[in-house]
Amino acid sequence: MTMKHFSLSLKNLLRKPGRTVTLALLTAFLALAVFGGSVVVLSLRSGLNSLEARLGADIILVPSEAQSKVSFQNMFLQGTTGAFYMDAAVLDKALEVEGVEKAAPQTFLASLKADCCSIKIQVIGIDPEKDFTVQPWIARSLTRELGDMDVAVGCKVEAGMGEIIRIYEQRCKVVARLEATGTGLDTAVYCNMNTMNALLAAAEEKGVSHKIESGDAVISAVYVKVKDGCDIDAVNNRLNSHIRKVAAVRTRSMITGVSDSLAGVSRTVTLLIAAVWALAFIILLLAFALIIRERAREFDVLRLVGASRGMLSRMVLLESSLCGLLGGLIGVGLAALLLFPFAQLIESALKLPYLMPDVGKALLLAAGTILLSVAVAALSSVVAAYRLSRIDPGTALREGN
Amino acid sequence: MAVKAESIAKRYFRKTGGANYFYAVKPLTLEIEAGEVAVLTGRSGSGKTTLLNILSGLLAPTEGKVWIDSTDLYSLDDKSLSRLRGERIGVVPQGRSAIDTLTVLENILLPAKLYGRPLPVEAASRWMERLDIANLRDARPAELSGGELRRMAIVRALAQSPDFLFADEPTGDLDDENTNLVLSAFRDYAHEQKKAVFVVTHENDALQYADHIYKMDGGQIM
Ligand SMILES: Nc1ncnc2c1ncn2[C@@H]1O[C@H](COP(=O)(O)OP(=O)(O)OP(=O)(O)O)[C@@H](O)[C@H]1O
Ligand SMILES: [Mg+2]
Repeated sequence: MTMKHFSLSLKNLLRKPGRTVTLALLTAFLALAVFGGSVVVLSLRSGLNSLEARLGADIILVPSEAQSKVSFQNMFLQGTTGAFYMDAAVLDKALEVEGVEKAAPQTFLASLKADCCSIKIQVIGIDPEKDFTVQPWIARSLTRELGDMDVAVGCKVEAGMGEIIRIYEQRCKVVARLEATGTGLDTAVYCNMNTMNALLAAAEEKGVSHKIESGDAVISAVYVKVKDGCDIDAVNNRLNSHIRKVAAVRTRSMITGVSDSLAGVSRTVTLLIAAVWALAFIILLLAFALIIRERAREFDVLRLVGASRGMLSRMVLLESSLCGLLGGLIGVGLAALLLFPFAQLIESALKLPYLMPDVGKALLLAAGTILLSVAVAALSSVVAAYRLSRIDPGTALREGN
Repeated sequence: MAVKAESIAKRYFRKTGGANYFYAVKPLTLEIEAGEVAVLTGRSGSGKTTLLNILSGLLAPTEGKVWIDSTDLYSLDDKSLSRLRGERIGVVPQGRSAIDTLTVLENILLPAKLYGRPLPVEAASRWMERLDIANLRDARPAELSGGELRRMAIVRALAQSPDFLFADEPTGDLDDENTNLVLSAFRDYAHEQKKAVFVVTHENDALQYADHIYKMDGGQIM
């Protein structure tokens, strides 16, 4: 294929803008479905992976009443705020259980309304000495431990580095902003246990109670890591029977729930894409057949003045590829316009962890989609191009008359 | 430089009397030489267009061979035959043959453009001038009259300076004045540039420009 054919093809496309745009829009539809669908599925998958990494424990212990409440799972998935408490002694009891390697407490507090945020935020207290799930994540943006009245904020909390935010009138300093996880944890604020105790006391004064019947020290959850080689289910059962009024939940079961709905969404999206493709492919096939027919005279003339079959076929393929390229660009652009600004909306509609791919990955996906659009457009014109090439120029001219 | 048809014939399937095929062109041998205008006349349906198409490389005969110099035309593959036609053979077909998305001048330059040859803009202007369509160079074919379109097709063929020029009823929709313009252009082209011109026509006017006259009837040259 040389420049002279290219310019002829280009001229053909430009002089028939209606036809070109129709074909391009058909392919754009394809590209939109493919690019949009894959971005959504990819975002859900990375959301899930990130959730898995963030949970980072084999088993989570929570008060038995919390487990029955949906809020517990939703805290991680959707960032709804919530709090529940149990005796801090649960931590030591957990460590007594055979097969438990590490156990770390977390204490939750839902802020009423902090002046930093329009959304209610979830405050999570961690014990820097014992924690093994949150700190590796915090470490990526903070090289030291969280000091007293220091907070690390999730990426969706609107507070800059060094800013002071008030939680129950306590002044906390933002010392780290965490990377996006696509989970409910993006709206959480992390502090150490000293800070949490101060916040709990302040909340108490505002009438937000965290008291439980026995003991003073309270925690909300214990994250448990099981020793290598131990059966996690067995440890889970032992924890459940050893500690009263506490539910041991395998993190896997939480993730599995998410995985299942993710698989459902993936399947739906894939089916949708397949359907759109099949439909668009057939429409394109018909469109090219019609167009070739409409252009029969033009091709006869080209044959008459010396164009070979190969040249005509290549010209048709080039034109359809250009249409495909244009369509691919439009479709991907449209998808990007819909997906990136409205990520938030999609996330809340799906009620699943959702982490958009980074620019590099998105560009790669876009390039792939555009390539695919070109290929489909070219492929759907192959039949037409082939049929076109079978006719004798002499016969063709006679038929044209 | 010549086109030689050697016992060529074209047979089509069609129920006629006993047989289920008939000859549109019956076996015949013919030679068209450079520097001469050959004129072919004959009744409608006598096989003139079929013969012209075979001679010009557009339609493979069912029998016989067509030689251009020492090349057996129909032994070439499509690519080589197309290139040879594009470079050495000009055809003015019987019907309409314009690409509507291109201007008149672009239509005329199209053959050269296809093969990336230098565009014969000057020759195109000269022939357009001579056939009185110079003012139409930027018009679209859809705006042209039948006679103007026909002259455009003639200029398209002439402007490429083909060694062999085939014209199928090129003056069919022209008035007497334009008919003479076209026929004298053909004659000058053949005589001055030493090229072969083959014209199919019903016009008696054409005969006076002919170096050779062939008459066809029922697929045979008389
Ligand atoms: N593709 C074809 N299939 C079957 N028969 C054909 C085909 N092409 C031409 N014919 C027949 O061959 C005969 C000669 O046709 P041709 O077009 O060569 O005539 P012609 O002399 O050019 O006539 P006219 O002066 O009307 O243009 C006609 O009877 C026509 O019907
Ligand atoms: Mg004819």
